[in-house]
Amino acid sequence: MSSRTARLQHGRSWPAMPNRTTIAAWCFLAPSLLVLAVFVFWPIVYSFDLSLHKWKFSADAQEWAGFANYARMWRDARFWNALGNTVYYTAFTVPLGVALPLALALALNRAIPFRALLRSAFFLPVIASFAIVALAWRFMLDPDIGLLAYWLSFLGMPHVSPLRDPNMAMPAVIIASLWKNLGFNMVIYLAGLQAIPIVLYEAARIDGADRFQQFWNVTWPQLRTTNIFVLVISIIGAFQVFDPAFVMTPGGGPLFSTETLVTYIYRQGITNLNLSYAASIGIFLFAVVFLLTLAQLRLTRSWED
Amino acid sequence: MADVLDSAGPGARPTTLFTTVTLVVLGLLALAVVFPFIWMLFTSLKPESEIATFPPQLLPHRWTFENYENVWTRIPFARLFLNSILFAGGVTIVSLLLDSMAAYALARLQFRGRNVIFVLILVALMLPFQVMFVPLFVTVHDLHMLDSYSGLIVPRATNAFGIFMLRQFFVTLPKELDEAARIDGCGEFGIYWRIILPLSGPAIATLAVFHFMYNWNDFLWPLLITSSMEMRTLPAGLALFVGSHVVEYGVVMAGAVLALLPLLVAFVFAQRTFIQGIAMSGIKG
Repeated sequence: MSSRTARLQHGRSWPAMPNRTTIAAWCFLAPSLLVLAVFVFWPIVYSFDLSLHKWKFSADAQEWAGFANYARMWRDARFWNALGNTVYYTAFTVPLGVALPLALALALNRAIPFRALLRSAFFLPVIASFAIVALAWRFMLDPDIGLLAYWLSFLGMPHVSPLRDPNMAMPAVIIASLWKNLGFNMVIYLAGLQAIPIVLYEAARIDGADRFQQFWNVTWPQLRTTNIFVLVISIIGAFQVFDPAFVMTPGGGPLFSTETLVTYIYRQGITNLNLSYAASIGIFLFAVVFLLTLAQLRLTRSWED
Repeated sequence: MADVLDSAGPGARPTTLFTTVTLVVLGLLALAVVFPFIWMLFTSLKPESEIATFPPQLLPHRWTFENYENVWTRIPFARLFLNSILFAGGVTIVSLLLDSMAAYALARLQFRGRNVIFVLILVALMLPFQVMFVPLFVTVHDLHMLDSYSGLIVPRATNAFGIFMLRQFFVTLPKELDEAARIDGCGEFGIYWRIILPLSGPAIATLAVFHFMYNWNDFLWPLLITSSMEMRTLPAGLALFVGSHVVEYGVVMAGAVLALLPLLVAFVFAQRTFIQGIAMSGIKG
């Protein structure tokens, strides 16, 4: 089809005053587009600009830096430490944060007593502010007055101070995160389970499938879209972790053992005002998240075919 | 999604023994999950002298409301609470308006460039806040909006996810509605305001819960934009109070309980809308 006939057909499909409709449409869109342009798209463009300069507040002209900020990341042990910690955090929160909610959803999708009450209990941490409940965790783990630290002493860990111990601080942050997000993934899995047509189970039962065969042949394959979704948002979320690490262990934790990529960006960019360097790390994180999103699209598409 | 918290799935009723074992395990797990909240509540009801003793006790020996009285003076709690209401409430109202206007244009109006705009919205949806908060901080600084309500609210005045979600809902409404209204001489704004919005109650309510909870609980954004205690919201204010003072944990825990209360009450009364709003936030990522 040539562009002219396309335009003619295009025009014919909505003959009633296209000009007025177009003007109305842009009026409806203008406020949102303005906000998105200034506070979403511009900052993304700006972050590339920042990363290529040696940016200082209130300087007349910003000094060009080329790729020096990226080269600095390569040599910066604190950056590698933050990346390593983020991978450590992801490696534990993602598998556990997918498996535990799936198990809970499977158990709570049956006709058991107190089902609604139990589901609400697991869901409770989801509606709370992580920054605020992280304070409670910090308090519970206080070696002098925290109840959890006191109970740990009965398990052969006397006088433990998890948040001041470089080997235990990150596990404590991981456990708090699992606790916070358990109910969220559980709800996604419950929705996924409830979307499976009941006839599939009836057919499986007629064919003599027992409970495990029903799980592997009906439930598991039917959950694959939910699985990909939960897995990808969990990984992307884990790479962007900030609240629990920042509140439970201020200052990066003992020997910077809980410093993550985002807390490091915050410290470099906002605390130290090394804006250009922080922007470079942001772009690195952006690349990681972008690749993960692409992987999700590829995975979902190839599994749908 | 609607009955996620109270409907049963398929499958035969399990055996009694199996049910009992599952129930005990689930019950203990649920207790462990709720425990930090119980600890917060009981701590907030203890006098400070009992909080700072070893070994720590779960239950108060002497029950007291003094932490709930002191929270207003030791922390500028009323101010933090007000700021949280203005920030979360302001963003919710403004964003619902702007999101739904943009969604109306994308879902119900034929115009040149519509597909380009829709793709732009989808791109904005996928750009994570965590990777761009440093340049965003500089932008807000350059606009002289740091440490102000406008700095907190205006950058969040629209939300790509909200536009996307409402657009998906608006396209499902029958086209005949607009056509009938147009024949009756109704303008585009009239169709949007008097026909489309009233028919979208559940979708708007779900998005309202999502916006309000997300901003009420948010930590990094208010931390970034505000610098004085007068402008802090509850999460940032309480966390920084603990970071910079000799901590009176009883007072802080009383503040934490009060900060959690509004969402808890809302959850109890509007559980279904809540679950939908939260399941949606997963899509946002």
